[in-house]
Amino acid sequence: MNFDLNEDQLSIQASIEKVCEKFDDEYWLERDRTGAFPHDFHRTLADNGWLGIAMDPEYGGAGLGMTEAALMMRTISASGAGLSGASAVHMNIFGLNPVQVFGTDDQKKRFLPPLIEGKDKACFAVTEPDAGLDTTHLKTQAVRDGNYYVITGRKIWISTAQVANKMLIIARTTPLEKAAKPTDGLSLFYTDLDRNHIEVREIEKMGRKAVDSNMLFIDGLRVPISDLIGEEGQGFKYLLHGLNPERILIAAEAIGLGQAALRRATQYAKERVVFGRPIGKNQAIQHPLAQAWMQLEAANLMVMKAATLYDSNKSCGAEANSAKYLAAEAAFQSCQTAIATLGGMGYAKEYHVERYMRECMIPRLAPVSPQLILCFIAEKVLGLPKSY
Amino acid sequence: MRVIVAVKRVIDYNVKARVKSDGTGIDLANVKMSMNPFDEIAVEEAVRLKEAGVATEVVVVSAGVAQCQETLRTALAMGADRAILIESNEELQPLAVAKLLKAVVEREQPQLILLGKQAIDDDSNQTGQMLAALAGLPQATFASKLVVSDGRAIVSREVDGGAETLSLTLPAVVTTDLRLNEPRYVTLPNIMKAKKKPMDTVKPEVLNVDVTPRLKTLKVQEPAKRSAGVIVPDVKTLVEKLKGEAKVL
Repeated sequence: MNFDLNEDQLSIQASIEKVCEKFDDEYWLERDRTGAFPHDFHRTLADNGWLGIAMDPEYGGAGLGMTEAALMMRTISASGAGLSGASAVHMNIFGLNPVQVFGTDDQKKRFLPPLIEGKDKACFAVTEPDAGLDTTHLKTQAVRDGNYYVITGRKIWISTAQVANKMLIIARTTPLEKAAKPTDGLSLFYTDLDRNHIEVREIEKMGRKAVDSNMLFIDGLRVPISDLIGEEGQGFKYLLHGLNPERILIAAEAIGLGQAALRRATQYAKERVVFGRPIGKNQAIQHPLAQAWMQLEAANLMVMKAATLYDSNKSCGAEANSAKYLAAEAAFQSCQTAIATLGGMGYAKEYHVERYMRECMIPRLAPVSPQLILCFIAEKVLGLPKSY
Repeated sequence: MRVIVAVKRVIDYNVKARVKSDGTGIDLANVKMSMNPFDEIAVEEAVRLKEAGVATEVVVVSAGVAQCQETLRTALAMGADRAILIESNEELQPLAVAKLLKAVVEREQPQLILLGKQAIDDDSNQTGQMLAALAGLPQATFASKLVVSDGRAIVSREVDGGAETLSLTLPAVVTTDLRLNEPRYVTLPNIMKAKKKPMDTVKPEVLNVDVTPRLKTLKVQEPAKRSAGVIVPDVKTLVEKLKGEAKVL
């Protein structure tokens, strides 16, 4: 059982670290203050070929696996970019996997290269105000009209919709009552984010101001049938394909965030002298930091295991979900501890750890709640009766 | 024209080095290692020469432990064509490295050898100079500009007195300084391409070089902590103190 990173992975980590060096803590502090999207960060990663890390080489990708993608996302986050950096590119890394797996050659040619080159920015419209965890009950409808589908509905928590020009959207093509089972009748589209038919309203939120989250009001959006991915009514199945990678990547990002917080707190503990000694000499300071390190390392092992299973085409639902749960909780502990270690300074924006704390709630809540993950493990791994 | 670039794997410039508790050296356990920044500049310069059509092949060389392969792979990903690792677990000092490089130069017959001016771990600033002397080649150190044409290297050097320009017949040794260029980012496609580039490993014995250290490190300790400064009330007092106490005027 080899736990070392291989040569490529070490190269990837070192190269990403170098790219992120230019985007320092002050850059991210400023982004969080103004809310300006980090376009130059996105552009630098795109220009250096990083967006296509897990995409097909035939369309400009590097054809590597989730292991490398997760490593890249963790490294970005750990540099101090946190979720603000990671979320700016997250969707581009794996979001179009359903297109890659289920799209036609024509669709792949049209859609994948511009995204990999950074020319397109895509958002992912699944969640609705009344359907978050309960995806099959979503209400957005896509009604066939000649060579088009007409989509109407509302979506919420759609990241990057302020800057995106493309949208991967799931909608009901067969009403729930008429579907053979709840998971039937949903269809997946990759289409232009036409602001004439979509009102994008930004949601003011706790953290990660640089990467917008939005409510979408979609009214009579005409989508050509050539933008339908795969078969009509099979969308849920295609979506499932991307769920485990989604969890793996978010978990990796959470770990990076926790590591950034731990690094800042540790440095501070070494330098801050109170009562004639560095505070890091006190066990009440050292011990929580040591715990944070252990929890982050353990969660990282689960992330890497899930990624390895995924890359080997093995089932990884339990591991991917657990990785998300463990990483988010470990990040939360680390961020809390960091603020406590910095004391009053931890409350000041210029010391960065309060920003990490505000961001670490995202991987805790999204894409799935920790409670539902616990239910999933109880049911699917332990065989206990489903509780809902 | 073949160019050889020598690179060294050193402690990453961002890492705060810590002295081992027994004072025998720097603690390198689990510490991040990277290519010496001046060597990155040398690799970048060589790759630019190739892109300008002046160089035909860039060969990158490193001497040290097996992990130096990572450093060489980075150089390949920056655009070098071929890598040579001289593998040894010995402590390699500048004279030994210069001898090893001389052996490689004899084998490879390059027209230009580029090195970083010094490594950021020992700051020796010796290897390039020693190599030139051993191999009987002209040398230009601290290059801030390099132009190669008509079998000559025109090198602008940054020296204490200002700037000077030298003209060297090739083959020649040039060591790089900070302002020569800004190294490129390593792109993911180039990392993937680098996997296919050849990397040879050779032992010092095969090159007939004795790498036994000639210098022994007696002690390593941290520099004395800077004590607090003194606030002076006016310029007159400042000048007095600089003359009388600091004795720098």
